[in-house]
Amino acid sequence: MTDQVLAPGTTAVVPDERMPRGIRSSRGTATAVRVGWGVAGVAAVVVLWELYKLLGPANGVTVGGDGSAGSGVILLPRTHDRAMPHVWDMVARMFAPTSGGDTPPLIVSVAGAAGMTLGLAALGWLIGVVVGSLLGIAMQRWRLVEAGLLPWIVVSQIVPLIAFAPVVNAIGTQVDRSGFPWPPWFSVALISSYLAFFPVAIGMLRGLSAPDALHLDLMRANSAGWWQTLVRLRLPAAVPHLLPALRLAAASAVVGAVVAEVSIGLRGGIGRMLIQLAGQASSDPAAPWAPTLGTVVMGLLAAGGVALIGVALHRFRRGEDTA
Amino acid sequence: MTIDTVTDLAVRASGIGKVFPSAGGEVTALTAVELEVAAGEFVSLIGPSGCGKSTLLRLIADLDVPSSGELTLYGKTACQARLDQDYGIAFQQAALLPWLTVAANIALPLDLHKWPQARRDARVAELAELVGLTEFTGRYPDQLSGGMQQRVAIARSLAAQPKLLLMDEPFGALDEMTRERLQSELARIAAETGAAVVFVTHSIPEAVFLSDRVVVMSPRPGRITDVIDTRPGRPRDEALRESPEFFARVTAVREALHGAPVHRANER
Repeated sequence: MTDQVLAPGTTAVVPDERMPRGIRSSRGTATAVRVGWGVAGVAAVVVLWELYKLLGPANGVTVGGDGSAGSGVILLPRTHDRAMPHVWDMVARMFAPTSGGDTPPLIVSVAGAAGMTLGLAALGWLIGVVVGSLLGIAMQRWRLVEAGLLPWIVVSQIVPLIAFAPVVNAIGTQVDRSGFPWPPWFSVALISSYLAFFPVAIGMLRGLSAPDALHLDLMRANSAGWWQTLVRLRLPAAVPHLLPALRLAAASAVVGAVVAEVSIGLRGGIGRMLIQLAGQASSDPAAPWAPTLGTVVMGLLAAGGVALIGVALHRFRRGEDTA
Repeated sequence: MTIDTVTDLAVRASGIGKVFPSAGGEVTALTAVELEVAAGEFVSLIGPSGCGKSTLLRLIADLDVPSSGELTLYGKTACQARLDQDYGIAFQQAALLPWLTVAANIALPLDLHKWPQARRDARVAELAELVGLTEFTGRYPDQLSGGMQQRVAIARSLAAQPKLLLMDEPFGALDEMTRERLQSELARIAAETGAAVVFVTHSIPEAVFLSDRVVVMSPRPGRITDVIDTRPGRPRDEALRESPEFFARVTAVREALHGAPVHRANER
């Protein structure tokens, strides 16, 4: 049986335990190189920041204006310590008490606030994924729904979040007063889901339409119904389209949660903290950078979480690896 | 004709026509097709591109609905036969699901009809043995060669023990060596299972080697022009491929094909 040898051109996925030692160690080197580039990228930002602070004019370069603060067009930003604190000052500030005295270090407060916001973003992401998936499935199932719904889904993303958030909050307050409990944090999760559902709905619609005509014929020939075709063919085939959508939704959910916190004034989250510390920046310029970095870390955690989902669904991505 | 003989026929098509609507008016894909396939019989449909042989197979499989005529499988409507899993089907591409192992791909028709676990596993082992893939049941399709993938597809088409196999150029994408070996395997499997086979091909030797009867079709409009008996009267082994009677039948089918108006066949 000579055809049991792999045909040329087919990429064989060799199980790990049989992988030659050389390949395994070169994969380790590749990881080290990737991490190295990541560290180098962060270091480059720090160096650029400090270099500009060293060489740039303390009061920046402004064209036009009458000399009063805020007038004219800024060509080069100011570099004095209130506008651009040293990187090491930012780091030192993170470990100093949040608001003097015996208050906990700023980094602890930031972590707590980021944790709360990340939790709300995760809830928003989850709602967005459920709603987006259901919309995608409905649009794939009934052409009429697609024709009627898709334009509105696209339009929904044009409405600015700043305008939309207070409306959700007002509705929430009404519902809360009528007896059904609606805590303000739920408004934040809902607003965050408003951004998250969009990529999922579009990705789901595209993914569900991805299977080959031949596979659809096969399911029909075996008298599979709509539900069986959905579960056994359309959803697995949608995974490669869905993962980028989930990643996009995670990033959108974090942005949505931060913006929603600010616009409805929810306390305890990182959005509120950013605004508060930015307001005190003239006296404590290094402080707002801690929650700023906190949001960056949140985004990375959200993206990492979705990457884990991708690893778990690896079986459904074989086509991506080989074809 | 009594009811008994009708239900004994694996396929009975009478007066089948198929018209596809298209931008430039209607296209007649098939007209006045009369075909009877007995239980256990191996029938090949052969003809140039556009003669409607694949369309006819799709009609039998109830993947398309005929515009006219009457079509029954073992006395049932094509739709009922599809719902009852009376036939198994294989296409030119193996059409395996890339995220399922070989075993799970073979078991797909069984899983769709909720076979009990133990019976399903036993059947999958049996089928893997039948197509010589026992050691590969845990592999994924992208780890197999084209020939092995096609064997998985054949095993899958046999999974629910259908009394009828529908095959649309299943070896069309394979190299000649693999192709001949799989032909021999299919001849053995068809004999062992006793299933009737409707086999679409455009290879004359393939049709003659495998078939009891070869149905010759012609395009514009698609129709049956000739039916040639190719029952060998001897085992379908390698010696058959080199025997004078094999060549005589290949010639007969070739003449039937060329006797038909095929002058526009190269136009695709």
